[in-house]
Amino acid sequence: MEIIRNFPAVSILLCLFAGILSSGLKAKAAKALNAVLISVEIVLNFCALAYTIFVEAPFVYVMGKFPAPWGNEIRVGVLETFMALFFCVIMMLSMLGGAREREKEIEEGKQNLYYIMVNLLLSSLLALVYTNDLFTAYVFVEINTISACGLIMIRQNGRTLEASIRYMIMSLLGSGLLLLGICFLYDLTGHLLMSNIKEQVQILAASGSYHIPLVVALGLMSVGLAIKSALYPFHTWLPDAYGYSTLSSAAILSSLVSKGYIFLLLKIFYRVIGFDIIGENKVIHVLFVFGIIGMIMGSVSAIKEDNVRRMIAFSSVAQIGYIYMGFGLGTEAGTIASIYHVISHSASKSLLFVAASGLTDASGGSPRYRDLMGAGYRNKLAGVAFTVGSLAMVGMPIFSGFISKLLFSQAAIGHTYKMLPTLIALAISTVLNAIYFMRTVILIYTPMPEGLSKSGNREILMRENLSKSVALVCFILLNLILGLNSDPIIRLIQHGLEMFD
Amino acid sequence: MSKKVSQEEYEKTLSFRLKRWLDGTKDPFLDTVEMKVQAPFSESQDDVERRIRDREVIAGKVYDRENNTGMRLFHRLYKIMSVLFCLFLVAMLLEAVSWLPPVGEADRPVNNEVSARYIESGLQETGATNIVTGMILTYRAFDTFGETNVLFISACCVMVLLMMDEAVLKRQESQNDRKLEPKNDVILQKSAFVLCPVIFIFGIYVILNGQLSPGGGFSGGAILGAGLILYVSAFGFKKTQRFFNEKVYLVAKTTSLVMYGLIGSYFYITGANGIENHIPLGLPGHILSGGIILPIDICVGIEVACTMYAFYALFRRGGL
Repeated sequence: MEIIRNFPAVSILLCLFAGILSSGLKAKAAKALNAVLISVEIVLNFCALAYTIFVEAPFVYVMGKFPAPWGNEIRVGVLETFMALFFCVIMMLSMLGGAREREKEIEEGKQNLYYIMVNLLLSSLLALVYTNDLFTAYVFVEINTISACGLIMIRQNGRTLEASIRYMIMSLLGSGLLLLGICFLYDLTGHLLMSNIKEQVQILAASGSYHIPLVVALGLMSVGLAIKSALYPFHTWLPDAYGYSTLSSAAILSSLVSKGYIFLLLKIFYRVIGFDIIGENKVIHVLFVFGIIGMIMGSVSAIKEDNVRRMIAFSSVAQIGYIYMGFGLGTEAGTIASIYHVISHSASKSLLFVAASGLTDASGGSPRYRDLMGAGYRNKLAGVAFTVGSLAMVGMPIFSGFISKLLFSQAAIGHTYKMLPTLIALAISTVLNAIYFMRTVILIYTPMPEGLSKSGNREILMRENLSKSVALVCFILLNLILGLNSDPIIRLIQHGLEMFD
Repeated sequence: MSKKVSQEEYEKTLSFRLKRWLDGTKDPFLDTVEMKVQAPFSESQDDVERRIRDREVIAGKVYDRENNTGMRLFHRLYKIMSVLFCLFLVAMLLEAVSWLPPVGEADRPVNNEVSARYIESGLQETGATNIVTGMILTYRAFDTFGETNVLFISACCVMVLLMMDEAVLKRQESQNDRKLEPKNDVILQKSAFVLCPVIFIFGIYVILNGQLSPGGGFSGGAILGAGLILYVSAFGFKKTQRFFNEKVYLVAKTTSLVMYGLIGSYFYITGANGIENHIPLGLPGHILSGGIILPIDICVGIEVACTMYAFYALFRRGGL
């Protein structure tokens, strides 16, 4: 059993190795390697999750001969292993769902580069989840940023190039702010290891010295990561990046890349600063306010949008707003709701992207809203999947979104002055969500009037694109599991948060 | 009492030759030097019209500047707000920095047990005389592996953006052979002939002495890469490809990173499980010392040199 302690570190290293090896392989071999890698990762992280649940205590794994404050280390608890496992599963399904599009949209000679970037992206996500060292986190944030840029621009047309430049500028600004924040913290505490920084920060906070630099450092790191995960006023890079990149990139970017940064922010709140200090700090009020504005403005932009993929992308802005609002509540319940929403949003957003591409395939490849009329009849599975994803986003019972909205409102109740804004924003945002998602669902199930049938429209059967069908079915099941069987997952998150400190 | 000489006679005088040499139109030892004034920038009428039309379309149709007061206001406000925001950021950071612990005092929080151990027992534990290299490649080896992968992935990203098919490249070069590189520039070639070996040897020296003196894989690799760039700009891609083409690049890069990964993984996993690793530390001060530092430095050096050269070649030509 002791050997399982090695698994998290091995899973990070395996991803890096696979990325390096892919550069020397042909596209087909690189694809196979990627598939094998992700399956192995799922097994490794599942074992690690089972181990951490079994021993009921987090453990520290030293990367090298030298223990904590001198060397690097990773720290493994229930929440970390669960997130890592979940990220791997979503990664696998996204890659499966977009396999056909990748072959069509990426140049033959560059396809192996795509797999390099996916492998390294996965390694950086795992490292962000597991690391116990702020500087390691920063290094892997860099890998994450650069590979995400590559994922956007590998489908080469004008829009993706523009989108990736925008993404790069915004994202590098975010990295820079994060780095400045880490520098401030290092200067104040003399450590880069999260646990040691926390000790020193507790001492500083108790004595009240260095209050201003501490607040500035926290603000810089929060804003940096908020930019990178597209919190409302910093969301301008998002719609083009998600709307025009190749399908699996869009699914990966929306459900994994931004979530990795959010998890890092959570780690900074809990393991670097300490949640009791965060709760008293004014920075989280800022996150709360922008989260609430984002919940409404993201949905308003989505209603105005004509392109289905961009509409789904704008809906991400609103959902990220929910997550930050949960952090902004400053309570344990709010954080649990946010983490649950991270999970449910990842599951349903990637489902929506894959389903929407199935619908556009059945409508002559046009992502225009009008052209989707009756697409639910032409591609039945994608229609059902889109409906499931929409209902989950809106927050219907039995789907995952309902649980997270319930958790958010439960967390808000009893809060002295944040209760009312939260509940009102939740209500407005739900209605707005329903407007654009239900509108689309109704449209795809409106039969095309006779004589209006367009030339590009055609029936798509399930077996025509088998990998996408399998991915869609798995996504639907995942959403139903998250919606119907939420109790053990919430308990797992609670348990993980307790281990987090 | 000057007498006007004819052009023919004047061309025989010393002063004419001097003037010609100063102008650079003629080399005193060789024939006429090829030195042309750059042609003035010119555009066909069509291009100008298209440019003007495009601009009008963007201003008129896309943004509708005439009627779109919201957009106009936004642009004006945007400029003012961005200046104000930058000033605010600068003021905030300056204020925050002024509250940081003063530099150079003994009781700064940075002077704690971490740096103490690096300085005091770094030599025994890593075998490296250069503490910085010892720290980044032994104590914090995992970070540095990540950092090397950052270089790797950025080279991959540039490839995604700029790499062209070899066939397309060949066609372009045959159509216009002067576009991509200067050919046979004697001054450059002669100086590169002298400098390149020195640069390469110096780069290798810096890499191999990483554990002894300032330097290491990153800086030595950068020197090697600079040498390669000088070579290719003097002698052209065809000659460089005889010893450094895409295949060599791939093999070198992949092998060095895999080697680094293997050494690193062995080090991390044995260290974490408390198993004694069999990497001799060597005698501090000798070339063969520092345990894993020397092989890792070599791997990092090759990777950095490859990346530097790949950046140059991709931006210059679109292929390796």
